[in-house]
Amino acid sequence: MVAIDSPRTTTTDLRRRIASVPPAYWVLGILLLIIPAFASDFVMFQIMGWTFILGLIALSLMFLGGYGGMVSLAQMAFAGFAGYMVAIFGDSAISGISQGWPWWIVIPLALFLTVIFATAVGWLAVRTEGIYTIMITLAIAAAFFYFTRQNYELFNGFQGFNSVLPPELFGIDWRGPEAFYYLTMFWAVTGFGAVLYVSRAPFGLALQGVRDNPRRMAALGYNVTAHRVAAYAFAAVIAGIGGILLTWQSAQISPGTVGIQSAIDILVIAVIGGLRHPIGAFIGAFIFVLLKTFAVDVLIALGLGGERFQLLIGMGFLIIVFFSPDGLLGLWEKLKASRRRDPLTGGQR
Amino acid sequence: MRLFATRHPVWAAIIAVVAAILLWMIFAVWPDGLEDVIGRKKVFLNALFNGITLGGLYFLVASGFTLIFGLMRNVNLAHGSLYLLGGYVGYFAAEATGYWLLAFPVAFVVVGFFGILLQVLVFRRMEGEDLRQTLVTIGISIVVADLMLWGFGGDFYNITPPQWLSGPMDTFFVTAVKSSGEPVFMKYPMVRIVIFAASVVVGVAMWLALNKTRIGMMIRAGVDDRDMLSATGARIQIVFVGVFAFGAGLAGIAGVVGGTFQSIAPGEDIRFLLASLVVVIVGGMGSIPGAALGALLIGLAEQFGSVYFPTYAVVLTFLIMVVVLAFRPQGLLGRA
Repeated sequence: MVAIDSPRTTTTDLRRRIASVPPAYWVLGILLLIIPAFASDFVMFQIMGWTFILGLIALSLMFLGGYGGMVSLAQMAFAGFAGYMVAIFGDSAISGISQGWPWWIVIPLALFLTVIFATAVGWLAVRTEGIYTIMITLAIAAAFFYFTRQNYELFNGFQGFNSVLPPELFGIDWRGPEAFYYLTMFWAVTGFGAVLYVSRAPFGLALQGVRDNPRRMAALGYNVTAHRVAAYAFAAVIAGIGGILLTWQSAQISPGTVGIQSAIDILVIAVIGGLRHPIGAFIGAFIFVLLKTFAVDVLIALGLGGERFQLLIGMGFLIIVFFSPDGLLGLWEKLKASRRRDPLTGGQR
Repeated sequence: MRLFATRHPVWAAIIAVVAAILLWMIFAVWPDGLEDVIGRKKVFLNALFNGITLGGLYFLVASGFTLIFGLMRNVNLAHGSLYLLGGYVGYFAAEATGYWLLAFPVAFVVVGFFGILLQVLVFRRMEGEDLRQTLVTIGISIVVADLMLWGFGGDFYNITPPQWLSGPMDTFFVTAVKSSGEPVFMKYPMVRIVIFAASVVVGVAMWLALNKTRIGMMIRAGVDDRDMLSATGARIQIVFVGVFAFGAGLAGIAGVVGGTFQSIAPGEDIRFLLASLVVVIVGGMGSIPGAALGALLIGLAEQFGSVYFPTYAVVLTFLIMVVVLAFRPQGLLGRA
């Protein structure tokens, strides 16, 4: 899907890099590019757009959890924070609060503030380890939710902001199905590539070292805390982009968007897909969106009533984490490994 | 205590001054000037009592959580679901039999049984895998929450206390003095005081059981070094199941208490899970006295917050957590 290259590469170098991209990426990339040719507006805007957005937010969790070993439930809060910042500094129907600044100030500012917020949260969260991190980030996410619900001066309380629209750049309505599809796909691919790149860059490798053995990394002279906090900051950029897109997609942001339920949804998505590889976040998001969109119809067809949707999601999540802690990617790996094994001798085929 | 005073003289002095001011505010008749600044004494005393009794409820929920965590390093994020289940079971037990007191043992046994199921079917299979336990219990809490919504509906359930517990009780706290010079005494709901007393009894009994009995010795040894304890021949799996059942049962009892104090409804599970998380983080993981201190602090913060600055009452409790984390990551009474 993406070949990461620096501008200095020579032609042969470039050719070798292109050749080293796995064929699956080519197939997926071309498929993603031509989907608008045959898909309906609903599929493009609701299903694919939403998949890319939730995938981005889950990707930030995957980066922290998979490479940093820190499972943070605050990623949805970061995403929502970015969305709120866009609504507050940009345009919305709540003209009493929204500043109406131009987009080229608003978006960088929103992302910058999100990074600062996430750095502060990360600095708190990295003082703890493992399960404590989950609990503390869950508590922080809950605090942010309650704060936005109670604060009327800045976050407009229970109602939040509506009519938060993307800017009309190049005369295109970016909320149109095709434009929004390509917009979200662009950022999803960029985020995916960025995470893949960083995971192989010195910073990402050091981060994985910190995940596996913090004491040894500290002895080698790496600043463990700084690496972890920096991981929070980097993940917040991805979550922030996802949050801004999410705000544009639904044209509104309210405390419901950043609730505890959504924070857990993001964890469910990341875990269903698998925390080992960035693609897992998007696989999980696609399954989640399909379930969320069509489960009601399936349930009604089975005569169960549409409101049991949460049960279906919970059951699916439970089964996957119970049998495969690495999500669907882990199941896939297991399947590949078992097919490679000879059933009689148990050796490699 | 003396050790603390000699080690931290400044902090000891600050704590002593705060305690003295608090005692004066509770027992003295307030001068008019003070009432002008922070409102009437009745409001203050009510917030104080509500905070302390709410702290008692939080302690019941959080002590089970912290006990399970302290001994087995099991993070049971389905603890809130156990609380809610206890509330529903208690409600139906009280409705069916007509005895409020009967709701407690029924809830304890039923929820304790669910705890045993959880321990045997889930936690024993994934010992030492923190993240997986967390995820599985989140999944369980999602499923159980929806099953309970299915079974019991979205209505509010209120467990009514019996006749002899309802109504107010006269206390000896003077809230104001009438113009005739006659003191006005504060009235407070009887049921809350009784329940608070009961939770103090539970807490003290737990402390005694942990520190003075053979089982308690085994549990404390297990908290410190589980492998060594099992190597000495203690049947540690039985201790685990017992502690898990007890902790879950406490959550069930807390559910009945919560249903009597307030009400039982979908969503309360997450609220109480969060409350016990915050309590345990503030007080220190795995420490029963820590859970008591944390519960008291959070209960008071919530009630005083809702009286004196209502908009940010919920945020205040999280602020306490953040401050504690920033300066004492292991919690107030936790071990480093």
